[in-house]
Amino acid sequence: MNPILELRVLVKHYAGQRAVDGISLSIPAGGFFSLLGPSGCGKTTTLRLIAGFEQPTSGEVLLGGEVVNDRRPYERNVSTVFQSYALFPHLTAQQNVEFGLRRRRCTDIAERVRQAIELVGLTGKESRRPAQLSGGERQRVALARSLVLQPDVLLLDEPLAALDPKLRQQMRLELKAMQRRIGITFLLVTHDQAEALSMSTALAVMNQGRIEQTGSPEELYLRPRTAFVAGFLGGVNWIGPVGVRPESTRISRQPPANGARSQPAVVTGVVFLGDCIQVLARLISGEEAVVPVPRGEASFAAGDAVHLSWNPADEMSFL
Amino acid sequence: MESRRRNEFFVNLRRWFLLPSWLWMGVLFAAPFAIVLAYSFLTPGVYGGVNPPWTAESYRRLIDPVYLWILLRSFVLALAATGLCLLFAYPAALFISRAGRRKNLYLQLVILPFWTSFLVRTYAWMFLLRDTGLINTVLESLGIIHHPLPLLYNDGAVLLGLVYGYLPFMVLPIYATLERLDPTLAEAAADLGARPWATLFRVLIPLSKPGIVAGCVLVFIPSLGAYLTPDLLGGGRTVMIGNLVQNQFTTARDWSFGSAASIVLMLLVTALLWIFLRRQSEPLA
Amino acid sequence: MKRWLAAYAVVFYAFLHLPLVTLAVFSFNSSRFTVWQHFSFDWYRAILHDPQLLEATRNSVLIAIVATVISVSAGTLCAYGLWKRGSRLLTGSLYLSLVTPEIVTGVSLLALFQWAFRWFHWQLGIYTVVLAHVAFSIAYVVIVVSARLRTIGPSLEEAALDLGANEWQAFYYVTLPALLPGILAAALLALTVSFDDYVITSMVAGVDSQTLPMVIYAMARRGSSPVINAISALITVFFGALILISEKVRAA
Repeated sequence: MNPILELRVLVKHYAGQRAVDGISLSIPAGGFFSLLGPSGCGKTTTLRLIAGFEQPTSGEVLLGGEVVNDRRPYERNVSTVFQSYALFPHLTAQQNVEFGLRRRRCTDIAERVRQAIELVGLTGKESRRPAQLSGGERQRVALARSLVLQPDVLLLDEPLAALDPKLRQQMRLELKAMQRRIGITFLLVTHDQAEALSMSTALAVMNQGRIEQTGSPEELYLRPRTAFVAGFLGGVNWIGPVGVRPESTRISRQPPANGARSQPAVVTGVVFLGDCIQVLARLISGEEAVVPVPRGEASFAAGDAVHLSWNPADEMSFL
Repeated sequence: MESRRRNEFFVNLRRWFLLPSWLWMGVLFAAPFAIVLAYSFLTPGVYGGVNPPWTAESYRRLIDPVYLWILLRSFVLALAATGLCLLFAYPAALFISRAGRRKNLYLQLVILPFWTSFLVRTYAWMFLLRDTGLINTVLESLGIIHHPLPLLYNDGAVLLGLVYGYLPFMVLPIYATLERLDPTLAEAAADLGARPWATLFRVLIPLSKPGIVAGCVLVFIPSLGAYLTPDLLGGGRTVMIGNLVQNQFTTARDWSFGSAASIVLMLLVTALLWIFLRRQSEPLA
Repeated sequence: MKRWLAAYAVVFYAFLHLPLVTLAVFSFNSSRFTVWQHFSFDWYRAILHDPQLLEATRNSVLIAIVATVISVSAGTLCAYGLWKRGSRLLTGSLYLSLVTPEIVTGVSLLALFQWAFRWFHWQLGIYTVVLAHVAFSIAYVVIVVSARLRTIGPSLEEAALDLGANEWQAFYYVTLPALLPGILAAALLALTVSFDDYVITSMVAGVDSQTLPMVIYAMARRGSSPVINAISALITVFFGALILISEKVRAA
């Protein structure tokens, strides 16, 4: 089966800067894929190369098996949901959603628009202008506007960044459910690792124009291949050459009885976070480690001598 | 593909969007300047117009004390107008920036008179200041004076007219800069023990420098090249560079000399603008 | 300090507005002197009976409309073109034309026309005034429309392309309508600037192409009839209303 979207050694240079430095990616149809990385890593540029707003310096973009480098954005069957939503201010929500269909001169516009608006939950608000809609509602219009065209891939550029935290949580679930329901391939670009981990079926971590690792959320979180990926997706306790996730680290006053590996350390602080307690401890090597401890278990104080232990299976070692 | 060719045509068509503007600017801005520049280096004809030979005589004549005096006077008047505008505009801008909900209203009230006719606004001061004008009439009827005060047709009236005309140009940039300041700065200063006047002079004014500089440029440059204000409010007595240029091109019929004066004025204005833009990072608009 | 500022503000706004208010008040004074006699519409009636005044007004309106149409069209295209690909030379010369003192613009255009007339046997007239007004209005239009373009940002057009519109359709169906408030504001600006211009117009107008500002200037110079008060009041109210309406529209 052809991947729905493929990038082959894609490169984009800007005035001496390598924004995208040789990316290769293969995305199968029907999933929820994320490009995750810090700002400036090239993920938005990659998105724009796929959409057709920029031309690659070298390399190829393939949609459904065909090279589309030379095609203008309106000749590619991908649709973008912009970070600012880019709704047309002089049109109503309904007219915004209709826009692409009208350009294609489709015949059953009214029905398809109605379905799309229903899909995003905006029925009843079609005749409002963007200025009269809330941030969340505007995003839904942007989604409907793109989805109604049934693109091969839906590109989303940091879609949840402008929403407040509560709404963000809710939209994460809705987007994931939406994608599963309609089956269109979603490609999300974000810097928020919680977003990428919770919504994706697969993701790629980017750094400085390159892809560091691709895989499923579990793979990347539990078995990161580089220190950057490990650090970007979650906390890391560095114990010598080995990294262990804080939640996989145990802390105790006595060295562990079973054959688990351990290291001595001294508690430097205790932080009350409400749902759990964070114990900060310094190892002999000087590294600081963070260990979450459930409330009610043994309590620690600064200065205590402790032992940190972990299961060897939870070790992350890097190339 | 037919549609591709059509698209390429339009993409290329966009390159032609600038053409009308190039045309207009070329014909109506660059060409006139070239002509004036040329005229300034030619000899004035007997009945107006210019003839060869090429000469720098007109520029040499400009160095005459009479004309240098006019130049100096224009500079001084423009400087004074700028200073007064700054003095009057800053408190007003401060007031507006602290006006809370009514900010927009007060701003509109500043802009509104500016949008009506400049000619009318200049004439309004003639109406007020002349010998039979309102101010003199009121003062005489109150018995404070017995002869009308010569309020019109002097440097003071011109200065007043310049300040009145260009005041909004100073208020707006200063207001814009004050608006962008962090409102908690003043509070922080007060928190650290500064009384209101100290806060004003040590915190607000230094921080609003960009707006002050912009306002000064926006007032100084038009004041330097003013024509209507000194013409109407100064009678024939206050001659600024603008009046000199106009006079040479009409009554005196010495287009060569008038062109030379125009070029000098333009150079001054361009130099000032360049200095200003060098120090700025944002465009004027 | 707030009290000082408020007190100052009263004085400030009085200074700004009283001259015009005074003119308006005395436009209703039946006496031609600055002593109040009684309320009267005489001077307003006089306007209607002055053929020179009426013709000048007609000319001003005509010139303003034609010059605005031309400068808004050229200026909008220019702003859009510059937005796509900047040109330092064009931008620089536009800014320079804004900063040039009016008298210099006036005399240089006069020089241009007189030089051109050597080849064409034409005269100064309304059309030279229109050309002159277009010359100084374009820069204003470009600035206003460019500001609007910057507010809109490139993503609107990109979204249109993304949804299947080609470059022409994106410009026509999305950019232009979104630009409309800016274009209208620019048109209003150009109309106002053109209608009010005296300096440049006086240099390039022909013998039989008087505009309203020119008539007002002549009256002010002679210091004669209070008709000028009435005209001033009318102009002030007209422009004031225009500005207020445009603000209401912009806020909508």
